Amino acid sequence: MNDIITALLMIFGASFMLLAAVGVLRLPDLFIRMHAATKSGTLGVSGMLLALAVHFDDLGVAIRAGLAIVFLFLTAPVAAHFIGRAAYIVGVPLWEGTVVDELRGRYDPDTAALQSPPEANDDDPNMPRYDPGI
Amino acid sequence: MNILSVTVNLVIMMLGAALVISCIRLFRGPTLPDRVVALDLVATLVVGLIAAYAIATNQSVFLIDAIVLTVIAFLGTVAFAYYIGKGGLP
Repeated sequence: MNDIITALLMIFGASFMLLAAVGVLRLPDLFIRMHAATKSGTLGVSGMLLALAVHFDDLGVAIRAGLAIVFLFLTAPVAAHFIGRAAYIVGVPLWEGTVVDELRGRYDPDTAALQSPPEANDDDPNMPRYDPGI
Repeated sequence: MNILSVTVNLVIMMLGAALVISCIRLFRGPTLPDRVVALDLVATLVVGLIAAYAIATNQSVFLIDAIVLTVIAFLGTVAFAYYIGKGGLP
């Protein structure tokens, strides 16, 4: 029974990791590729570590595997956010089919400081309201 | 010839194929952040490969290696992102 659960979890994890690799090769743009690499890769490796915890059937191994999974789920989004922000700020080109780029014009390219447009300030009643112009 | 050894062989083959595919992106990637993303995925794939190898050889010690490699991959990616953000594209 343990062997069957281990085998199923390993197949699950390895399929997601293969999908992540295919996505990183095939998708058109850095920011779309990071979807495949981060989310699918993290899910795949946590499946493999769960399979390891089930296979050894030992409390210490299970705690260490759970710790590794928690660490992965904490650090993968942070690393992806860092690399995506750095790539956007240095001007990696977007895919030509990109529909919306809400960050355009809202940061200073020299200091890389982000800011909201002044219309978005809701605290001051004298400020003009933001009009989307639809 | 039980179900587990067949599965471990299949999984190691799948992960090897994934490693080759992401290395293609690592060598081809047009910009430096593309290569960093591919390198991060390679480290994640190697963590999975270590887990499969630990199951194949029935040695739970390799789990420590997987944890250490996770930490090193995170630090490497953050360092790359820091210096890309500071220095711009080459």
